[in-house]
Parts: sequence; C-alpha cells; structure tokens
Amino acid sequence: MLSKRLISCLDVRDGRLVKSVRFVDTKDIGDPVSAARRYYEAGLDELVFYDITASSDQRGIMIDVVEEVARQVFIPFSVGGGLRSADDCRKVLEAGAEKVNLNTAAVGNPGVITEAADAFGVQAVVLSMDIRAAGDGSMPSGYEIVTHGGRHATGMDALEWARRGEALGAGEIVVNSIDADGTLEGYELKLTRMIADNVGIPVIASGGGGRPEHLYDALTEGGADAALVASMLHYGHYSVDSIKQHLHDRGLKIRLTH
Amino acid sequence: MIHIVDYDAGNQTSVKRALDHLGVASVITSDSEELVRAERIVFPGVGHAHSALETLRERGLDKALKSAAGQGTPILGICVGCQVLLTGSEETDLPCLDLIGGQCLRFRPDDDALKVPHMGWNALEVGREHPVLRHVRPGDEVYFVHAYYPVPGDERDVLARSRYGVEFASVIGRRNIVAAQFHVEKSGPVGLKMLGEFARWDGHTC
Repeated sequence: MLSKRLISCLDVRDGRLVKSVRFVDTKDIGDPVSAARRYYEAGLDELVFYDITASSDQRGIMIDVVEEVARQVFIPFSVGGGLRSADDCRKVLEAGAEKVNLNTAAVGNPGVITEAADAFGVQAVVLSMDIRAAGDGSMPSGYEIVTHGGRHATGMDALEWARRGEALGAGEIVVNSIDADGTLEGYELKLTRMIADNVGIPVIASGGGGRPEHLYDALTEGGADAALVASMLHYGHYSVDSIKQHLHDRGLKIRLTH
Repeated sequence: MIHIVDYDAGNQTSVKRALDHLGVASVITSDSEELVRAERIVFPGVGHAHSALETLRERGLDKALKSAAGQGTPILGICVGCQVLLTGSEETDLPCLDLIGGQCLRFRPDDDALKVPHMGWNALEVGREHPVLRHVRPGDEVYFVHAYYPVPGDERDVLARSRYGVEFASVIGRRNIVAAQFHVEKSGPVGLKMLGEFARWDGHTC
C-alpha cells in the first residue's frame, strides 16, 4: 500500500522563499534551499516550488535554485510557475526536478499538458488548479477555475477541467482552493472529494491546511492521496514529525522516518 | 569509481548528485568500451523499456553491460534499468538483456483505488540478506514510479518485496548484479545508504 504523502509548497520569488496569503501581500521568509533541506531531513515526502517571480528575465535564478536543491535533497520535487512550453519544462527537469506543475499556461494552452506528458511521461506532469466557489450557479460543479492568484476568472468549470486535464495527460492534480488558501481553517473537503471521485489519478489537497487534523480530513473525507502544507510548517507552528505522527496515530499509512 | 550508464534515461544526473553527496567518485558515460573496463556500474532508468533498449543497442551498451556482468563487475540497476535486466517485458517486443531470468508485467489492479502508475512511498520487506540491503530496516519506505514490475523466474533472485494490489519483487539480484524497482536516488536516507553500500560492495553475495 502506498503511504499518504505530506508535501510542502515553497513559493519562490527572485530566488527567495515567500509565503503568500490569499496570493497577495507576499512576505520574505528565507532561503528556499535551506528550507528544502531542513524539510527533507525532517522526513517530508515531497516538495513543490512555485516560481512567482514577476519578471521573466529573473527566471534563470529559479533554475539555479532547482539545481542547488537537487544537490542537497533526495526526495522527489516538482516546480511550477512560468512554465509555458515543453521546452520550459525540460529546463527544470534537467536541473533536477522530477515533475512540473502546469497551471495558468495550461488554461491558456491545454495542449502543453500533452506535449509535456509525451516528452517526459505522465508521472512528470502535475496539473495545478486554482479554484474558487462560484456561488451564482454559473458552473455545473459549483466551482470555477481562476488564474493570476484568483484575480482572473476563466469561465471554466473546475470538475470539467480536472477530467480534461487527466485525458490530456496529467499524472496528478493539485486541487488548490483560493477561498481556503492562507486561512489555516482547513481544506475545501467537498471540492477535493468531488475531484478525487471523478478522476483516476492522484489528487493533492491544497489551501487551508492549518492543523494536523485538517490533513487527516483531506486524506480521508476529502479522498486526497496527498496534502500540501505551507504556513503551518514555514512558521514553525508544527513539525513534519508532529503532523505525520498525528496521521499515523489515527490509522493512516504514513512514511515515518524516525 | 562508479560508471553511470548514459542512454538518455533521464535520471543519470540525479544518481550522480546522490553519489556526489556521499563523496563517491562517479562519471556518466555512454562509451561502451569504458563501461566494459568499469570497476562498478550504476544502470539507471526512467520511462519506457522499449526506447531504453533501442538506445542501449544503438550505443552498443547492451553488449557492454553483458560483458561487464559476465566478468563480475558489480552492477546496480534502477527502475527501468532494473526491468531491462530480465529476459523480457510486457512493455516491449524487444528482447531484454536476460542477465536475470524472468519477465516484467504490468500492474492490473482489480481495485479501482489502486492507480497505475504505482507512484509514491511504499514499504520494502527484505526477504534475503544482501550486502547492499544491510541498512534496510523492516517497514522502511522508498520512492516508486512505475507501471511494470519484475517477476524473476527463480524465486532466489528476489531480495525484497513490496505490495501494491499484488506482492511484487522490488529488489532483485543474482551474483554481481543487484537491481531496485524504486528510485534509490530519490528515496531519502534509505536509498542513499543503499548507494553507499553498493559503492563498497565487491560483487559477492555472502
């Protein structure tokens, strides 16, 4: 049996680690390489780096970060943000990442999912979806895909996009609730469950994790294969160990390293 | 010095970085003559057995690996580099290297909850003592990404097992060859210790 995965997400801007709360007001919280190494040594299962660097001429910094992480961290990690083509993906994979996260670029050009999957295998392609509840009944599933940190609505139904992403070649899906992101009040369980029940690929719950019991809920009631955490680890509220021990004690299969 | 076989398999750099981290000297090579003379070989792999075999043949690396295996060079296969050591695979019509008798089969889980590829952390149960596995403790987990799994013809070639719907051989070995279905280079401290032991292994099983 596979273990449920604990994944941490590191937002990187201009080579520095930042934490965004509801994607606005980013705060500099340190060096991404040393944070990655610390989490690796603490027994984290996987890492995600989102490059939120605004200007494209600074993008080379991210490749340097990826290479340095790959020299020090021996667990799988993925990289997202600013990847527009299979060629962009190749650069981060060659720098040492196992997977790429496609988000905004895939919304604008869904074919990039297939291109990347054909070139690197479905296991290397993660479709990351930013999702907001659509209260007005305009979306069949009740949830809409948004981009640019929630500032742009796409008019695309979240469930429809998840199914299409899988058909196009995504090997995993990140379900990131923009409504829950940064609140520390728990994952959007209804949304996560709906996606997990309707795709045949692993689902990663994201946005809202604030306490170990939130992860337990996402991995059981939410039907997720993995849960993504940021603030609760970055600010030292919880350790990798304490989160994993909680999940293990409640009967989930978890990789314990100590 | 460890020679890492370069056949555009994708993870040769990750393997090299892990060896660098351990302070073990290594070189990535696609030169078949160099490989035959190597002291020790890591045979990595990601992706498809079919394209792996095609590239190995084009570069003459299939023959070089067979020669090295025959002369007792310690060889560590990883993932696809483990699968193509067997006689054949359901993934390809091409014959594999046949250094360990057996076949690679595709996961066909009855349970819809078991997704293919098998991807993530899963436990390793060592069934036969082996120098490369001496640090592995019961329940230690390692990182897998694969849709096919090795089924050696001789039960004695199974060194460790894992379970995903079926029980399958996750580490196989015969004489101077040992091979892991999981990504040793991405399996945290458990994988690094295996690499470290391989770097010291003389190719004898007892």
